[in-house]
Amino acid sequence: MSGFFRVAWQVVRKDMTVEVRSKEIVLTTLLFAVSVVLIFSFAIVREGRAPDDVAAGILWVAISFAGTLAMGRTFERERYNDTLRALLLAPADRPAIYAGKLLGLLLLLGLVEIILVPLVALLFNAPILAFPGKLITLLIAGTLGFAAVGTLFAAMLVRVRSRDTLLPVLLYPITVPVMICGVRGTAALFQATPDEPLARLWIAILIAWDVIFVTLSLWTFEPVMTE
Amino acid sequence: MRKLTTPFIGLSAGMLFVAPWLINMAPFESTMGLVQKIFYFHFPAAILFLVSAIVCGIASIRFLFFKKASADAWAIASAELGLLFGALTLVTGPLWARKAWGVWWVWDPRLTMSLVLFLIFAAYTILRKFGGPGSDKLAAGMALFGMLNVPFIYVSVNIWRTLHPMTSVVPTLPTEFGIPLWFCFAAFTMLFIALLNLRATLALQQARIEALYLDEDEA
Repeated sequence: MSGFFRVAWQVVRKDMTVEVRSKEIVLTTLLFAVSVVLIFSFAIVREGRAPDDVAAGILWVAISFAGTLAMGRTFERERYNDTLRALLLAPADRPAIYAGKLLGLLLLLGLVEIILVPLVALLFNAPILAFPGKLITLLIAGTLGFAAVGTLFAAMLVRVRSRDTLLPVLLYPITVPVMICGVRGTAALFQATPDEPLARLWIAILIAWDVIFVTLSLWTFEPVMTE
Repeated sequence: MRKLTTPFIGLSAGMLFVAPWLINMAPFESTMGLVQKIFYFHFPAAILFLVSAIVCGIASIRFLFFKKASADAWAIASAELGLLFGALTLVTGPLWARKAWGVWWVWDPRLTMSLVLFLIFAAYTILRKFGGPGSDKLAAGMALFGMLNVPFIYVSVNIWRTLHPMTSVVPTLPTEFGIPLWFCFAAFTMLFIALLNLRATLALQQARIEALYLDEDEA
């Protein structure tokens, strides 16, 4: 088991080193997420006032759009430099490689969310500091569920034609449950009279989906990546 | 199984021809009256929609984990049937709901997840059509995630109190309602099996032709 985490850690470190040097994915993803939020604010805000209860939805739409972009890019880079084959040839467990890729993506999206969440709070009057613990749990669990399926699909799509258009088409229907839990849970925290038990219920359902998605992804990564 | 295709098509055609008379003879349901009769088509279509997701998932497991190349043909066939029966379910459902509940659509868990499963089938079919080589394994992974929704859709109405009737309605149905229901169900099931056979055979033949072309190229 320690071997699993060592391999995963090595993959994370590799991805982070590349990313720290180029900063390509984190900057493009961040700029994209900010643009999405700005487009929403131009579309929705009237006379300087945002309508109530839209912040949660906009936050999750921005996260899912930006997440899709980042997923596509992480594997596009492997394909471009022809390093995916090398990565798969490494004498290591395939699920460990998957876990490393997933963790790298989570770190990246976490960085983006650190800027995205305050921005949404600012533009759409969301009380993000009312329940910081629950909000962070929702963000982590939601991003995990979304990225778990996304990492698997992006890895498989590397070999497929028109991969850029197919990733969101395949990913969004499957991750709908995660999105619903994330949006509903966050909305329960953001509404005028926050509903903590409801948010707790959505967090519980969200974690259940996370467990299912991560297990199934770890299980299928091995056979789908074998040539 | 394949020998059953022709008799099943004939039989289901005959039964679906007779079905309107049987449905007409069944008594009116006390509160909903005439509109309830769409149930005799809605229920079989919905069950076969879920069955096709399970068939697709199991075929994909055989393809992915047990390296059964022929199982892929069954996955393609059942995914396309899932689209067909899913469309039937999602058309008959709102037609009924408009009269019974007063609205075309509500976002209750069963309806939402059924729509999501339909979208997954649609994405699966698009992937098979435009993905090109290498998309078969990805599609199989997709089918596994699609199959996850089936138990959720089935039990959701028993967990959450929603507008949609619970699963206990069908087993406790009076005989006068039960006869046309199970008659239609048998007709739909035979149609499903026959179409599944035909489509899978077609996919197998396509795969065989492609293999022949590849051999020819190499020779």
